[in-house]
Order: sequence, then C-alpha cells, then structure tokens
Amino acid sequence: MSLLSTRQLSRHFGGLKAVENVDFDLPTGQVRALIGPNGAGKTTFVGMLSGRIPASNGQVMFEGRNITAEPAHRRIRAGMAYTFQITSVFGRLPVTENVALAMRWRTGGDEAETKRRVAESLDRVGIADRADQLAGDLSYGHQRLLEIAMGLSQDPRLLILDEPTQGLADSEIADFIALIRSLAGEMTILLIEHNINVVMQTADAITVLNSGQVLAEGTPDEIRANAAVQAAYLGTG
Amino acid sequence: MTEIQKSWALHLGVIALLFALQFILPAYHHGSLARVMVLTCYAMGYNILFGYTGLLSLGHALFFAAGMYGLSLSIQHLDWTAGPALLAGLATGFAVALVVGMLLLRTAGVAFMIVTLMFAQAGYLTVLYFGEWTRGDEGFVIQQELRRIAGFDLSDPTSRYFAALLMMAICIIITLRVVQTGFGRVLVAIRENEERTRMLGYDIQRHKLAAILLSGTMSAAAGAAYGLLFGYAGATFASVQYSIFPLLWVLLGGAGTVLGPFIGTLFMFYLIDLSSELTTAYMLIAGLVLVALTLFAPQGLVGELRRRTLRWLP
Repeated sequence: MSLLSTRQLSRHFGGLKAVENVDFDLPTGQVRALIGPNGAGKTTFVGMLSGRIPASNGQVMFEGRNITAEPAHRRIRAGMAYTFQITSVFGRLPVTENVALAMRWRTGGDEAETKRRVAESLDRVGIADRADQLAGDLSYGHQRLLEIAMGLSQDPRLLILDEPTQGLADSEIADFIALIRSLAGEMTILLIEHNINVVMQTADAITVLNSGQVLAEGTPDEIRANAAVQAAYLGTG
Repeated sequence: MTEIQKSWALHLGVIALLFALQFILPAYHHGSLARVMVLTCYAMGYNILFGYTGLLSLGHALFFAAGMYGLSLSIQHLDWTAGPALLAGLATGFAVALVVGMLLLRTAGVAFMIVTLMFAQAGYLTVLYFGEWTRGDEGFVIQQELRRIAGFDLSDPTSRYFAALLMMAICIIITLRVVQTGFGRVLVAIRENEERTRMLGYDIQRHKLAAILLSGTMSAAAGAAYGLLFGYAGATFASVQYSIFPLLWVLLGGAGTVLGPFIGTLFMFYLIDLSSELTTAYMLIAGLVLVALTLFAPQGLVGELRRRTLRWLP
C-alpha cells in the first residue's frame, strides 16, 4: 500500500503552472528521490505534501486518508517529518532544546522521556558530543545533521528531506549517504536532492519532475538510461 | 542544585527579600515600591507577549485600562464590592484580549504593531466618549471605604504593600511555571523561528492566542490592582504613553527574563525620581542613561547578567 500518494495535484501561481496534475505514489518503506532541473516544481510539490503551500487542485493522501485540507502542524503530528532546504534550526537555543521541541508533544510533558529520546536522536546522527552547545555555534554540516536528528526524534513514518546535502563538504556527504542507508528500512524517506551521486547511492526509486509534471519514474538504472531525462537535464534532443 | 531548583530559589528569595523590606523601608520608598510592584505585573504581562513570544505590541494600555475600568466602573456605578470588582477587571481584560487577539492573529510584523496601536487608541477614545461615566481625562477617585477586601483596608500603606507583593509574587510564579513547561518553550520557539516551529507540529495560532490572553489578563490584573490600591481611575492610563511604558521597562530590565520586568520598572522609576530631584530637565538625564544602557546592555540589565554569567536564568 502507498504511504503517500497524490492525485492530479496542481498548483498555479497566476498563469504559471508550477505543478500540474501530478499523480505520485510512495510505497511504505521505500527511499524515493525526487529530482529535476531548477524550476521543475520540486519545492512547490513538496510544499503541498507537507502543507506549507495549499494545493490549487487535486488531492494528497497519507496512509489512505485525504489530508489535502489539513494544516501543516497536523500532518507533522500524523507522522510526517520535514527538514528544511535552508538550514533552519533555533540558533539561540541549545542543541538539546532544538530536538526536544521537535518531539515534546509526543512525550506529553514527560521530561525524562524527552531527554532520553533527545540523546538517542543526537547519537543516531553522530553529534551527541555537541549536545550542550548553542545550535547556532555548530558548523554548517552539524546544523544539517541536527535538522535530521529533529526529524528522527519524531519517529516519523515519512521523513521528507529537502536538499539535505546542499552546501556540505564531500566527506560530510559520504557520512550522510551512510546515515540515509542506515535509516532505510526503518522509515519511508522522500529525498529532494540535486546531487546525483547521493541519489544514485541511496534511492530505491527516482521520480523526475520537469516543468511541473512527472517526466519519468523508475529505478536508478532506468532513470540513468532514460533519454527524456537526459534531454531535460542536458538540454539535448 | 538543578537549574530549575536554582531559579525557584532565586525568585522565591527575591519575594522573601521584598517581604522583609516592608519592615525597614522608610515611608516614602515603601509607597514607591508598592507602586513599582503593581506596575511590574503590567510589565510581566507585556513580557509574556513581547519577551517570550516575540510579538511587539504598541497597545497594551488597552488591557491595563480594561482592567482598571472593569474594576472601577463596577465599584462606582454598579456598587460592587472590591472583590467581585477585581474579578470584573480581570474578566474585562480577558474578554478584550480574546476579541482583539482573534483579529490580531490575522496580522504579523509591522501590521501587528499598527493594529495593537489602533485598538489602544480606539480604547482611549472610548473612555473619553463615555465621559459621563468615566469622567474622561479628569478621572475619578474610588472612595477609601470601598477599597476593602476581606477586611483589609487597601488604602492603608502596609496592606497595600502586601497586596502589591502578593500580586507580583503570583505573576512571578505564573511566568516561571510558563517558561518551565512545554507551552512556554513553544512560545520561545515561535519567537525564534515561527515557520520552523509550525513544521515541528505546533499550532502557531493557538499558541499565539493563548499568549495574548495570558498577557492581556495579567496586564488587566495590574490595571485593576492599580485602581484599587491607589484609588483612582483616569483616561491617562489608557493613553499611548501607558502602552510605551511596559515596552521600555521590559527592554531595560531584559526581555524574555522573569525578573527583567521588575528590575526595569524599579530602575526607571528611581531614575526619574532621583533625576527630578536634581534638575527640572530630568528627562534629559533619564534619556541619556537610557541611551547608554541601550548601547552597553542591549539585552537589558537582567539579560546582560544572563549573557555574562548566569546562563541558567529563566
């Protein structure tokens, strides 16, 4: 069964059709990458999935439930974790408080339990030794990891990562790939990514958006061999 | 001691110190301190919204005046006793905060400030318009024999001091509880990054409305207490000047700190008091000190203390 699916999902900004009639199905447990050239509508599409941008038309279904009209905070509580494209941690708050904020609503005010889960999440992404720093004092790469720890602490059914490797050094990207691989199987992951290497090494399947529509969908090998995708990216044909 | 125990010890210590001061202070300062403590409650109400939630209101006099008139009009024209009238003041503040809050939720940033300013202005004009009951700018005195609760004569300096202290203690405890619980943490998160907080699963509008209600009601409680303890209600308390005061007090003392409003109010009160003894141009001295503080302690007195040494201060 699909964990997340959309039907005829569209978003128009005036005359611009940023996303047009997208039918999308994400099976439970899959790591799916969403790629496409700049302006393909990736951010708008994901915005409609997470509730940040209202849809002009169409439906979003999560676990078989129509959530098109639900506000973002309810979708998050239903099991959809979202990390921002531009690093967006609480810079003036401690690392631990950042993670605690992400999941305090799950522990119902039980601070001991909150603390335990915070430590667990930080440990998972490998920044447990930074727990007492202010989030703003972390390096950029560590801030990105903190974002992911915040998502993980919610124990989500779907983890949406919006351009997680943007601005990371090569060595950090290698660690990130290892982290995603370790998470696969525990949760469904939707990865919006520019770095083709990361996509090829982590995704079970790839959806290619172009001009607001689904251009192609398939395994990494199929996508690599797809002539239409090559044309969209390289401008040939 | 854990940080939570430390902060309880500090704040309860401050309350105990103020309690003890009652017995040694000379009459003049005794009276001043009672006034400062009531106004501190106003500043603390303001601080919930501005310091913790990051919403800058330019119209809090609306809530202060709602409390003051809710109390004084029900004593003056409905012949209520002080106890029920105090509750009427609180209820008026809550109701005004609810109505204004619902409308404020549709605004953000500069629009939020302008709308609060406009509502407060409308409130001020309403007080003047119904001059027949409110006596407008001139105001009216609440008779001494009507200012009694549970047998205590609140015009008596000692009872007045204790009433003011009790009220401030309640406000301190409420604020401390708020900042220690998940609700207060979410308010801080909204101040720091609203969109991120929303995308962590929090209903921003509900939290903001709750902050406005708490802030407005606390400010109204201060307004009602001011009327009751000092026996006067006038339109000045609804004017724009009284919307700016809490902002100044909170900024000086330290926005987003529990004790900041008290320190700020106390500091400002004595700054004006002492400088006006020296010269008639006391506003010049006050202004210069304020400029210096803004330059050298931009986070306010308590905020600066927290930044430099006491990182755990709530």
